[in-house]
Amino acid sequence: MTDAVSAPPLTASVHSTPEAAARLKKRRAAETRLRAYGMIAIGLAALALVALLWNIVSRTMNAATEHYISIDAEIEPDEDDFLGVVKSAARDAFPYASGRSAKRELYGLFSDGAADDMRRAQEDGTLQTGAAVPMRFLMSDTADLYMRGEFGELETQASAGMLTIAAEGKDFVLTSRAGAFADALGRAKAGLAREAVGLRRQAARQGTGIAALQARLPDVTGLEREDTLGQIERFEGARDRLEGQAAALDALITADRDTRLELTNRMASFFVAVNGGILKLSEVSATTALAEPLVPMAGGEDAANGEWSLRILDRPEIGRPVKDRQIAILETLQQEGRVEKVANWKFFSLSDSTQPEIAGIKGALIGSMWTMLVTFCLAFPIGVSAAIYLEEFAPKNWFTDFIEVNINNLAAVPSIVFGLLGLAVFINFFGVPRSSPLAGGLVLALMTLPTVIIAARAAIRAVPPSIRWAAMGIGASRTQTVFHHVLPLAMPGILTGTIIGMAQALGETAPLLMIGMVAFITAVPEGITDSATVLPVQVFNWANASERAFDMRTAAAIAVLLAFLVVMNMVAIILRKRFERRW
Amino acid sequence: MTDPIKFHCKGVDVWYGDTQAIRDNDIDIHDKSVTAFIGPSGCGKSTFLRCLNRMNDTIDICRVTGTLLLDGDDIYSRDVDPVQLRARVGMVFQKPNPFPKSIYDNVAYGPRIHGLARSKADLDGIVEESLNAAGLWDEVKDRLDFPGTGLSGGQQQRLCIARAIATKPEVLLMDEPCSALDPIATETVEELISGLGERYCVVIVTHSMQQANRISQRTAFFHLGNLVEYDTTTAIFSTPQDERTVGYVSGRFG
Repeated sequence: MTDAVSAPPLTASVHSTPEAAARLKKRRAAETRLRAYGMIAIGLAALALVALLWNIVSRTMNAATEHYISIDAEIEPDEDDFLGVVKSAARDAFPYASGRSAKRELYGLFSDGAADDMRRAQEDGTLQTGAAVPMRFLMSDTADLYMRGEFGELETQASAGMLTIAAEGKDFVLTSRAGAFADALGRAKAGLAREAVGLRRQAARQGTGIAALQARLPDVTGLEREDTLGQIERFEGARDRLEGQAAALDALITADRDTRLELTNRMASFFVAVNGGILKLSEVSATTALAEPLVPMAGGEDAANGEWSLRILDRPEIGRPVKDRQIAILETLQQEGRVEKVANWKFFSLSDSTQPEIAGIKGALIGSMWTMLVTFCLAFPIGVSAAIYLEEFAPKNWFTDFIEVNINNLAAVPSIVFGLLGLAVFINFFGVPRSSPLAGGLVLALMTLPTVIIAARAAIRAVPPSIRWAAMGIGASRTQTVFHHVLPLAMPGILTGTIIGMAQALGETAPLLMIGMVAFITAVPEGITDSATVLPVQVFNWANASERAFDMRTAAAIAVLLAFLVVMNMVAIILRKRFERRW
Repeated sequence: MTDPIKFHCKGVDVWYGDTQAIRDNDIDIHDKSVTAFIGPSGCGKSTFLRCLNRMNDTIDICRVTGTLLLDGDDIYSRDVDPVQLRARVGMVFQKPNPFPKSIYDNVAYGPRIHGLARSKADLDGIVEESLNAAGLWDEVKDRLDFPGTGLSGGQQQRLCIARAIATKPEVLLMDEPCSALDPIATETVEELISGLGERYCVVIVTHSMQQANRISQRTAFFHLGNLVEYDTTTAIFSTPQDERTVGYVSGRFG
């Protein structure tokens, strides 16, 4: 065994040494790691998807319902001023809302949509008329948002002891020996304290400015010095004013708990519900309060323990669009069971509006359908024809290579560029109507074409050549071979590519902005040349709207967009399955 | 062996770009008999076969020169439509390649595109006749609308033969039709080919010398693009003249 090193014994295979075992272990570890990475990646993707869907669905649920107010209205048989009907019905139902601003706030509870509903009913001949017709009026967006608790929940504190009520002019003085208002006073004072801190911070900022100016003072002379001195004086004035205000607030905060504190609209709102009415506190101490009746009481008797309650809304009136009087009326209505929450089917039958509660998706949905129709009718036949020609008929030379490179590059062009092209060529040169599904479809078809061509070429190339030979071997021409055999076999792949292209086109916003589809359009398009908007643009518009109630409608529009996408893909998948079954 | 001549080929050269695949071949292929092309891989026998129905036209870089006459007419003349030619000269390929359609549609496809059937009953007749000729009728008559791709390999190849026959060709070209089949299926297909030889001009490329011996009346031996020897099968296998043929048929190379 002297040459054991140069010629190892045959039995000792290189695959059974300890090194080999180590290699094996390493390889297996690498495989396990790779599997783990894959699982983590899929888990993350699934989590992101769930989060997205959850977010959209939960927000969409808000838009799925809307609130109505049930009151009686007087409607003439040939009524034409329906806004007037709503207003007079509101005045009749809430006679105590007198005065200009009170009435304005009252009318603010109702949407213009209530009048639209009646007008539509009149056109359909289903409108009831009479002196006191029970009607359901659509709530305005702010009232609706309040009902959903968007401005905070009204917190109810159970009554503590007896409440005595004494009239004082229009207002009432409420007294609670048990100190039921102590908490309200505490909250109001906490609000003042926060305000004082804010004022002092501003004062400190003025102080910093003064210090900086004073540091510069030795270096400046003449006119500039006088300027600086003047500035310092102004800053000092501001600082002293702010500090004075803070000190005044401090005085209020440190005041005796039996001293009434005046409540402002910068503090939380406090209501007392008693004797069937709702009073808003305007001054409060621990034991007494001055209250303004927003909804009048049935009588002025004192209320025993358990017969009244204190309600608090923490968000100050100045920080929300729904006013205290409106809250009082809404609370009363709800207590009387005159607020109805119903499914918001109108969302699908109305088009865009400046008022969120009567804004619907129908216009954008139909617009998207028309646009997709145009896109499909252009991109699919042209794309497939181009792919067939390039793959089956075109000679292989520099020119077809050049075309191929350009198609591939076209797929990577930013979509807004297609929008510019559409604007310059289709609209300005060919005079296609602006913001029409025709213009949008043309632009999106251009954008989709490369995707369809590339996918179709790949699908055609994937058809085994033996099928072509088989057809040609029995005397089928090139065209017959392509249309009878190659194309049906390639169709599933072509459809997959088309789905991808169309899905991309459906969600595209940027190029459509360029051709005017971002315009505010309230009509449902009736053809491909009417002005229209599309779903993603509608989402974009609503997301930009300042009214808060558009938030949930944005989410709902996104949900509709996704549903549209799912339906479109499903149709394509069913078609694809049909083609596959023929194999 | 005095069958009329179907193909008369003289001075045939085939080029793939700059590479010459066939050099100056002269061969007369007889009607109503089976002619086998044998030879080692890459000797040009398949290439030559594909010249006979101009399948080589589909390859851009392929160039064919020389005289190829089918019944005295030049098949490479300008007036000849290659598609029409392929209807006259049918082809069966190495790997069974039925269309992904029903058995019926596979066979009926050729007659349909060439307008050979006047009515549905006519077409049914052609399909039955062709499947019968391919010895497949009894096996598939109850499941004509089943996919052709669902048959076994041997059945698929016979389906392809039936499909070729259905077009009513005059010549059947077969490019190693049994190389993808097992011995039992091979035997069936071989019997079929022998039978077809009585009615058509059959040209078959094969790697198996035994197969050539069993089914063909004439054999051509190709080597490196040259037609080395062409004679009756008996002569090729018993008294080969060329040294290369001797070497190949005795199994010394190939």
